[in-house]
Amino acid sequence: MATVKIPPVLRSQTGGAAEVGADGGTVGEVLRALTTEHPDTEQQLFGSEGELNRYVNVYLNDEDVRVLDGLDTAVSGEDTVVILPAMAGGR
Amino acid sequence: MASPTDTTQQKAAFEELDPAAFRREVDSGDAVVLDTREPHEHAEAHIAGSELVPPSEVAARIDELAPDTGQRVVLYCRSGNRSHKGAEELSTLGYTNLAHLGGGILAWQEQGQPVVEPEGMTPEQRMRYSRHTLLPEIGVEGQLKMLNSKVLLIGAGGLGSPSALYLAAAGIGTLGIIDDDVVDESNLQRQVIHTTDRIGTPKTESARIQIEALNPDVEVVEYRERISAENILDVIADYDVIVDGVDNFPTRYLLNDASVRLRKPVVSASILAFDGQISTFAPFEGPCYRCLYPTPPPPEMAPSCGAAGVLGVMAGVMGLLQANEVIKLVAGIGEPLIGRLLLYESLGTRFTELKVRRDPDCPICGENAPEIPPEEMGKFPDYELFCAR
Repeated sequence: MATVKIPPVLRSQTGGAAEVGADGGTVGEVLRALTTEHPDTEQQLFGSEGELNRYVNVYLNDEDVRVLDGLDTAVSGEDTVVILPAMAGGR
Repeated sequence: MASPTDTTQQKAAFEELDPAAFRREVDSGDAVVLDTREPHEHAEAHIAGSELVPPSEVAARIDELAPDTGQRVVLYCRSGNRSHKGAEELSTLGYTNLAHLGGGILAWQEQGQPVVEPEGMTPEQRMRYSRHTLLPEIGVEGQLKMLNSKVLLIGAGGLGSPSALYLAAAGIGTLGIIDDDVVDESNLQRQVIHTTDRIGTPKTESARIQIEALNPDVEVVEYRERISAENILDVIADYDVIVDGVDNFPTRYLLNDASVRLRKPVVSASILAFDGQISTFAPFEGPCYRCLYPTPPPPEMAPSCGAAGVLGVMAGVMGLLQANEVIKLVAGIGEPLIGRLLLYESLGTRFTELKVRRDPDCPICGENAPEIPPEEMGKFPDYELFCAR
């Protein structure tokens, strides 16, 4: 089971959890497992066509999945998937 | 091999001089004068005509400096210990005409004897920044770079407050601060450059008061306005490094696009609740903000600190990581956070580092990004609209 790191803005949709476990052989499957478990995360992560929203960055360990195989990037149980939306707070 | 008796005799074979006697040796021009300290100490202040020979190099270099073992050789260091050891070492090598300065250059300077000091720093500055100049990575040269540098802080709020204080303490010569806000009571939980008695004062003025009290070397340039498409190029043009502590997306995209146009490095951080992010965007050397975040999130995915809250300490942690990046860029040392995004979660006390790559399709810094003609330089798209869609 891969570990998914949840950003602060999504934690209200995961019951406050900063990390959750999710099954799946690819990044897409892991994220789908997350949205199945926590349905409120769905519309933040995915657009109407099922594509990953452009304002959400997803990393497999320390690498952006955009430079890997996107949602098709293979995931093993040891991996961490990081969900990272932009943050603007400075004050 | 020397007998124990020989060694004892050789050990006694040098004298300890007071500063006045040492001065006569130096002025005579007959003695080889060795400074047995480290390079950064020599750079800070040394006796004219002395040769720098760090303790570990004395035995190896003496042949070249004084081939004749009967040559008069006088040594000094900071307080007299290292020069004593150096003289002992030369004595065992057969040198017979040795002396060292008792009390070292400290005693020398105490008696008002002259030293050669680096240009560009006053005696007060040498004292103030001595803990920096002692660091071989910084030294006098790095400190002078800081004193001659100009850093712009966008926002004198949560992130800007701690970075401004430490950059001022570090001796950044010019600190520009742009902010149109006034100090509010709710700021004081994290905006440590401001004080209770300055509630209602413009933040730029409040910051200037604190910086001037801390370090009179720093020139503060106040911009009591919001950064906008109209003023941004004029404001940032004068600065070497920009510190981004902005609280909204339209301004972050504006700052990115303007800083790429003028090729200014931006140390960018953001904080929310118990989380922070930081990276350094060096145009065309590494990715820009848009390579990392091509599209701003919708409002519900991007609450502000005013709406969601923020741990005050987060501003300190992330603001000081920014100050650290600025100092590295200015002094040209270490590994800047270019192409790396560092996340900090304070509740778990965890740092995570992610790779950020240049996006070849980036509309601002990518290979096919349009050239901006000079007459278009000051024109920017409507970022409010871009971020609202």
